[in-house]
Amino acid sequence: MASAPNEKVPLRPLRVGAVAYDPKVVTIWEGFRSYFQKRGIEFDFVLYSNYDAQVEANLGGEIDVASNSPLAWVKSQIVSHGRCRALAMRDADRDLTSRILVRKDADLNSLTDLGGKTIAVGASDSPQATLIPLSMLAEAGILPGKDCQVLYHDVMVGKHGDHVGGEREAVRALAVGKADAACVLDSNHALFINEGTLDPGTTRVLAITAPYDHCNFTVLDHLPETWTSHFVEILLGMSFQDPEVRILMELEGLKRWLPARTTGYQQLEKAVKRFEFYA
Amino acid sequence: MPDLTTKARVDLEDLAIHEGAPVLLRRALAEVAEGGFLEVRGSSPGLADDLAVWCRKEGHSYERGTLACSHRIQHGASIPTLATSAAVSQVAEPGWGLAPRGALIETGGPEFSFTLRTKREVWAQELDSIYRQAANNQWSARRDIPWDHLPKLPLEIEAAVCQLMTFLTENEIAALYVPARFISRIHPHYREVVETLAMQVVDEARHAEAFTRRAEAGGMGLGTTAVTGQLSLRTLLEEADFTIAIFLLCVMGEGTFLTLLKFLEENAPDPVTALLAQFAHRDEARHVAFGIAHLRYVLHREPNRRGSLGAAVERRSRMLATVSGLSPYVYDALVILAGGGASPAQIRTGARRVAGLHREMDHARRARLQGLGFDAEDAIALSAAHTKNFM
Repeated sequence: MASAPNEKVPLRPLRVGAVAYDPKVVTIWEGFRSYFQKRGIEFDFVLYSNYDAQVEANLGGEIDVASNSPLAWVKSQIVSHGRCRALAMRDADRDLTSRILVRKDADLNSLTDLGGKTIAVGASDSPQATLIPLSMLAEAGILPGKDCQVLYHDVMVGKHGDHVGGEREAVRALAVGKADAACVLDSNHALFINEGTLDPGTTRVLAITAPYDHCNFTVLDHLPETWTSHFVEILLGMSFQDPEVRILMELEGLKRWLPARTTGYQQLEKAVKRFEFYA
Repeated sequence: MPDLTTKARVDLEDLAIHEGAPVLLRRALAEVAEGGFLEVRGSSPGLADDLAVWCRKEGHSYERGTLACSHRIQHGASIPTLATSAAVSQVAEPGWGLAPRGALIETGGPEFSFTLRTKREVWAQELDSIYRQAANNQWSARRDIPWDHLPKLPLEIEAAVCQLMTFLTENEIAALYVPARFISRIHPHYREVVETLAMQVVDEARHAEAFTRRAEAGGMGLGTTAVTGQLSLRTLLEEADFTIAIFLLCVMGEGTFLTLLKFLEENAPDPVTALLAQFAHRDEARHVAFGIAHLRYVLHREPNRRGSLGAAVERRSRMLATVSGLSPYVYDALVILAGGGASPAQIRTGARRVAGLHREMDHARRARLQGLGFDAEDAIALSAAHTKNFM
């Protein structure tokens, strides 16, 4: 792990890491960079193809701030023994839920009814479409892989489910009868109905997880606040009503930035532990 | 201070989010100030969960209401819009993009690189009436021409017609490309200009089709395209300035073509050719009307632009100095057509008529130039400097 950096002004621009789960990530960060530059903050961004590489770079000091998935946050905390802190998150990162969907006419009414059934999930490293809902199932006494079969849809593994493709495949498996249930993020449920992947009225919600939080900007806790306070201040000051950043915020999927909170990751921490994801 | 108490209400009955409930929610929220509350009632299964997800995505806050089936939404930030004037502005902003004039425009949209975005660069009076006439007078080369009435013509006459159709077609293609090149550069705020030019493009496409069809209909097919004609037309296509291009094309070129088409109609050896020339003449007259209206508009505001227009004609003339004049293919065809055959006596008649055509063209050009405020002397010089290839 990197040694504690100089407490004073950084010698180089702040380095922010992001995972390139989609080409739009370049547009977003180039846009943010010029927005920050105009407000007196120089930062550079580094793109990673997967979150494991970004976590390693963040903990190793190659980058100062990591735009982390919830799983990357949990991993950072595990590897650094709790020495990370979160700076900010999107409004859309708070209080998400996952849903376990079943076909409307299926004789399935509770989580325990899923014993012996096939559960379609997203990528194996997706918090929302795999780890958290499967953990809820395990909690109810149905151990994935033992008491029920899990059908993974490993689209872009390493990107922690940021790509919606795995979830879409999961609901398709449900729709065509290859699976008895499918796990999806709440907002993607609506998306799949609207885009026609799921016919309205053909599925119903069997169970909903408790709310949890999603991505955040992660730093090592010994990174001086003077390094990041201006960055955070400008971030939180971004307005959806400002034409200069509106499109970037739309691409990034938020209406405003909020100060980070780290109370919304317990379900994922529990899942990671239960499934020995980082054992 | 916005009123933050709940007053606005919407009853979704049993309508679910995936069944279109957001339509009613958005309509109701439109009446609620930012920070204000909307009370929502509804009985669809899972509505509370679905409303919470919808609100998170839309940037609103959701809370469960006090009663079962009741919910509260606090209106988050809305996207600001700006109103554009329904009247034609002197300058069109790049950020207005493709929004229709007078529409509300969300701020923060992409900027388009329309380079012609001031009224004085593109506008003309009477655009409405020119466009209306264009829309009302569209004809079909297939449907409206009596192709069955095409007689078998003497070989030399048919060959002359085919050669002229070849010449007309290449000119029509050039007259299609010139406005087409500029359309994508004109800010859509000036949509009447864009629409009028688009009609010109359609007209020219139809002319090219019809003239080619005429050459093929007699069985002989197309004639020869001369280097001189191509060189002349290329200078037209390369003109970068909109007003100069419109002047050279619509006023000088298509203006000259009006006389040519009239001549063809009068000397046509068959009803099909006569009708084609007549229809094309009607269309070209509108293009000339647009050209003159645009030039009037520009010259009224910038009278000294006459100098640059004159210079453009002269520059074109110098570039074409090495070109001997109208191609012999076209000249010979005109003479044979106007004389009614290729005997010496017929050629004499034809040549006399073609000389008369040149005089008429020159006369009409001078009249148009004087109509645009050029003095008689300049009009004579500019008309004389106009390309010998007509367009």
